[in-house]
Amino acid sequence: MIIEVTDLRREFVVRRRAGRLRRTRDVVAAVDGVTFGIAPGECVGYIGANGAGKSTTIKMLTGILVPTSGTVRVCGLEPVRERTTLARRIGVVFGQRSQLWWDLPLRDSFRLLGAIHRLPVSMWQPRLDECVQLLEMEPFLDTPVRQLSLGQRMRGEVTAALLHSPELLVLDEPTIGLDLLSKERLRAFLVRERAERGTTVLLTTHDLPDIERLCDRILVVDHGRVAFDGDLPGLVARVGAERVLVVDLAEPGPPLTDVPGTTLRAVEADGLRQHLAFRKEDTTAAAVVAAVSARVELRDLAVHEPAIEDVVRRLYLE
Amino acid sequence: MQAYHALVRSRVAAQASYRASFGIELGTQVLLVLIEFVEVYVVFHQVDSLGGFDFAEVAVMYGLSAVGFGMADMVVGHVDRLPFYVRTGTFDAFLLRPLSALGQLVTSDFSLRRLGRIGSGVVVLVIALAAADIDWTPARALLVLVTPVAGGIIFGAVFVATCTIGFHVVEGMEFANALTYGGNYLSSFPFTIFGTFIRRFFTFVVPAAFVAYLPTLALLGRSDPAGLPTWLSWSALPVSLLAAAAAWWIWRLGLRHYVGAGS
Repeated sequence: MIIEVTDLRREFVVRRRAGRLRRTRDVVAAVDGVTFGIAPGECVGYIGANGAGKSTTIKMLTGILVPTSGTVRVCGLEPVRERTTLARRIGVVFGQRSQLWWDLPLRDSFRLLGAIHRLPVSMWQPRLDECVQLLEMEPFLDTPVRQLSLGQRMRGEVTAALLHSPELLVLDEPTIGLDLLSKERLRAFLVRERAERGTTVLLTTHDLPDIERLCDRILVVDHGRVAFDGDLPGLVARVGAERVLVVDLAEPGPPLTDVPGTTLRAVEADGLRQHLAFRKEDTTAAAVVAAVSARVELRDLAVHEPAIEDVVRRLYLE
Repeated sequence: MQAYHALVRSRVAAQASYRASFGIELGTQVLLVLIEFVEVYVVFHQVDSLGGFDFAEVAVMYGLSAVGFGMADMVVGHVDRLPFYVRTGTFDAFLLRPLSALGQLVTSDFSLRRLGRIGSGVVVLVIALAAADIDWTPARALLVLVTPVAGGIIFGAVFVATCTIGFHVVEGMEFANALTYGGNYLSSFPFTIFGTFIRRFFTFVVPAAFVAYLPTLALLGRSDPAGLPTWLSWSALPVSLLAAAAAWWIWRLGLRHYVGAGS
């Protein structure tokens, strides 16, 4: 096991105003008895709503926070006590905060990280060249980090985390705020990284396609506890995650109750806009669109993917 | 060490890329020292001695303090950005690298513009030393060289110890600045002009008296009118090392609070 977490718990003290001068002191458990293990080479999606305890867990795994109780072992090490040793063996990307030097050209950040990890140039340069080529970073390598777009910066962040060839890569919302193309490029890169080097990956995300493309296992946390541990089809089968096709018709039509594989969820504006829910296993978006346009004249359409939050909420409604 | 060297070099390179603004900041630092010094001069325009010391003698104290503080400010002064780093998550990035967090905080900048303060401090110091009535011996010559270093270490320790407030509360740097900048201001005056509490606090708690006042007594061969033993006047360096050790301990305490191991 590259990550071993047993009965992990982390409390925070929240001080709240209760009246003019009085303050109450509440103890809140952000992580409340989490147990799981991750084997080398796995790619695990760690998902849950905001405030479910994802970031707190990641901070405890990477040595930024001490657990209130329970044990954490990462690469066989105790994260906080052996922080610097662990830092040489893992790579971490926080989507919301940068680990690059904002006032230096991107290239210089990599040079500095090489020095920080005490790697000879011969060790990190080939790795950098590989990432630069795969992530197409050549055009902006000499641009100061503060002038990079979010997508460019994120490619830099991922490269920075991989420069020392870590055994474990931890990604906290790596695709947040990226456009579709950037997301897909990053996913393809991570898929290749795993295939080539067998790097273990733990990632948190709000993006279902991230999980579909990358993860062979999902851990759903809710209220500081593990609510589900398994693969994506297992999760979808359990909660029945649906995609929704929203169609705008050229003129008001009758409710589309007879499209195969779909359920009519809602009808707006006298049938001008209709919501059809369907499951991935039953039919495809293309088939639904074809069936609808055979019945009525279509003006516009949109497909809504199930949001992680919905999946998690359904898990709890059971 | 190599890693820190690379970090500091990158900071220097970043400053060198903005030549015009660097020049202006350097000039500002020189100007600041001159204005502060004019303040001392104005006082002596009204009186012949301050707390039992003449203009040249107080100028020696001012010079020693300015050089010591300037060095500390250049090398570690930017640690007062800790609350900002904590708030923006940069400090977490420090913890994800295989280096000491304090080492990274200290090397997160290297304010070359402070060379202006150090340079003009040295000029004031040299002129004042020539003007003051000092009976030069090898030991006193050595003391003049060691004192600014000790002063730098003392102020550096105060900077580090007070910045850890950023680990405990969000807004607290006003208090930290009162100790660092206040300590600097006090240290450039003869301590005989202060009340007992201030004198004791800035000798035994925040050892600002060792930055300039006590070493100047040793240079002049005088004893402390308030009765501190003479050997203390020669102890700036060991005291500065004690201060550094205390600052390290306070830093550890703050870091443990941040990761949640303490309290």
